[in-house]
Amino acid sequence: MNIVVLVKQVPDSGLARQLDAQMRVDRNGANNVMGELDEYAVEAALQLKEAHGGEVTVLTLGPGQATETVRKTLAMGADKAIHIEDDAVGGSDALTTSAILAAALGRLEWDLVIAGAESTDSNMGVMPQLLAARTGAPALTGVRKIDTDGTAVTVEHQRTNGYDVMTANLPAIVSVWDTINTPRYPSLKGIMAAKRKPVETLTLADLGVEAAGPAAAQNEVLEAADRPPRSAGQIVTDEGQGGTALAEFLAAEKFI
Amino acid sequence: MTDILVYVPNSGKHAAEVLTLARTLGDVSAVAFDDAAEGLAGEYGAAKVYRVDAPEAADYFVDPKATVLIDLARQAAPGFFLLPSTDEGKALAARVAVALENGLLTDVSGLEADGTAKQDAFAGATLVTSKATKGFTLATVKTGTTEPAPAPGSPAVENVAASVSDADKRVRITERVDEPAGDRPNLAEARIVVSGGRGVGSSDDFALIEKVADSLGGAVGASRAATDAGYYPHKFQVGQTGTTVSPQLYVAAGISGAIQHRAGMQTSRVIVAVNKDADAPIFGMADFGVVGDLFQVLPQALEEIDKRK
Ligand SMILES: Cc1cc2nc3c(=O)[nH]c(=O)nc-3n(C[C@H](O)[C@H](O)[C@H](O)COP(=O)(O)OP(=O)(O)OC[C@H]3O[C@@H](n4cnc5c(N)ncnc54)[C@H](O)[C@@H]3O)c2cc1C
Ligand SMILES: Nc1ncnc2c1ncn2[C@@H]1O[C@H](COP(=O)(O)O)[C@@H](O)[C@H]1O
Repeated sequence: MNIVVLVKQVPDSGLARQLDAQMRVDRNGANNVMGELDEYAVEAALQLKEAHGGEVTVLTLGPGQATETVRKTLAMGADKAIHIEDDAVGGSDALTTSAILAAALGRLEWDLVIAGAESTDSNMGVMPQLLAARTGAPALTGVRKIDTDGTAVTVEHQRTNGYDVMTANLPAIVSVWDTINTPRYPSLKGIMAAKRKPVETLTLADLGVEAAGPAAAQNEVLEAADRPPRSAGQIVTDEGQGGTALAEFLAAEKFI
Repeated sequence: MTDILVYVPNSGKHAAEVLTLARTLGDVSAVAFDDAAEGLAGEYGAAKVYRVDAPEAADYFVDPKATVLIDLARQAAPGFFLLPSTDEGKALAARVAVALENGLLTDVSGLEADGTAKQDAFAGATLVTSKATKGFTLATVKTGTTEPAPAPGSPAVENVAASVSDADKRVRITERVDEPAGDRPNLAEARIVVSGGRGVGSSDDFALIEKVADSLGGAVGASRAATDAGYYPHKFQVGQTGTTVSPQLYVAAGISGAIQHRAGMQTSRVIVAVNKDADAPIFGMADFGVVGDLFQVLPQALEEIDKRK
């Protein structure tokens, strides 16, 4: 079973993030990490490989520093990686990104593509479906469980009030939520082994993609501003009356 | 007036919100795949309804509906095409985007007739104004951003018969498992949400959170730390990777207020926090906060609420 995992490097979602002067996600800080949900995609791929054999290839599109994210996936146990890196990519929209990733997928033999349900910087959650539309493969998105018999893939698609069991023949594209597994930490041995694993670097020219960057984008960010802070509330310290004070506040606001 | 195409799912409030927002932009043509959706379109002011008859569509994921929507979008050449920002809405929008090579805005929280859109970035910490520069404005609309306002009418109905091609039968839904919703209001749509975090400490103690929710007529929510620890089922998780809520009142008990949690609740109208750590970030966004042990504060509040009822 050949599995391609899509990972994206993002600014750490637990820390302050901002747009730069060109209204793009500022990726120059020191706080770049693998997209938090993508770790679950890597883990899912590794577990399927352990059960069914085959190879896990990591595919990422991002600037030079995304190598760190690639290294981490290799240290976790992925076999090899493809890193698309080209200065012309900056400022691309999701549609262009999907055209680039689809071109890369077109050069590979794969049974399954596994992605995060959404990236934790743009949070669009559309890439797997965009890629399904471009590659013609079925997409089973937002899942919390994957099984395969080598011919078909069966998943549990997570909903707010339950889940759907869905199935499709391979090759297929699946995206995963954080409910699917617990990602492993790279072991020391894994970190050492990662240094010898192959990483292929590709440019847009290698992929035959011409239009990218802001000129090809179909939307633009005009302005960005910090969310205005909420006006300071009233904070009381419980000295035996905290619950009563809380109820009084709720009554004053007409919730009781 | 510009034609606004709207995909209407069959579930209530979010669909009503999208239709209400759409009406402010122009004449609404709603796409409905069932009677419930058709009813909503009429109640919330659609001028026209495309009533699609594709009974088999329900057995397959995304593709059959996407094919219908792509055809309609091509024919209607709308100024805007709006869908709810749900898994399904985003998936359908992605399909339309590629088929028509049209840009896509997700999770918009506001739209103007000139096409400018408001979006949240970085879990809501940054507010962005953006705009489609080519094609039409294809956007998914975030829940809780427009107050639904009924405007009952009798829209012109155009019946669309759609057969599902084999190509669209690739992802088959073999089983739908609905976990019982119980007697409490639906989390995403509730007027009041009472959430517990790691500070609740155990699944047994979540009964206290449920009691508070019930006494206020609200839904129960939980932080990821609480769902990860197994204190409460995952489907009640509020936040970036859980449900986004926008109630009139949000009560956070034993929740620190991590950015990923805030992402799912910061548009609540009134926020109340109970936490024993005076430095917990949740207090920075609370309208009313009690620094104290939730096992002292909440039972006392419950007693007082009962007295006042
Ligand atoms: C990719 C990603 C996605 C995420 N998505 C989400 C999400 O959707 N939703 C979400 O909630 N989190 C999410 N998180 C996790 C988030 O970062 C936090 O870890 C989580 O929100 C913390 O939950 P908590 O506040 O309950 O726990 P903690 O941060 O451990 O806080 C517990 C709080 O309870 C207080 N407390 C303890 N005992 C008591 C007591 N007896 N009385 C009163 N107060 C008490 C403590 O002072 C503390 O402030 C995500 C993280 C990542 C990386
Ligand atoms: N530049 C990228 N390179 C590789 N994978 C990506 C990239 N952008 C998005 N993805 C994948 O698609 C998923 C959803 O992304 P998004 O639609 O941007 O929220 C992510 O979790 C990744 O798995």
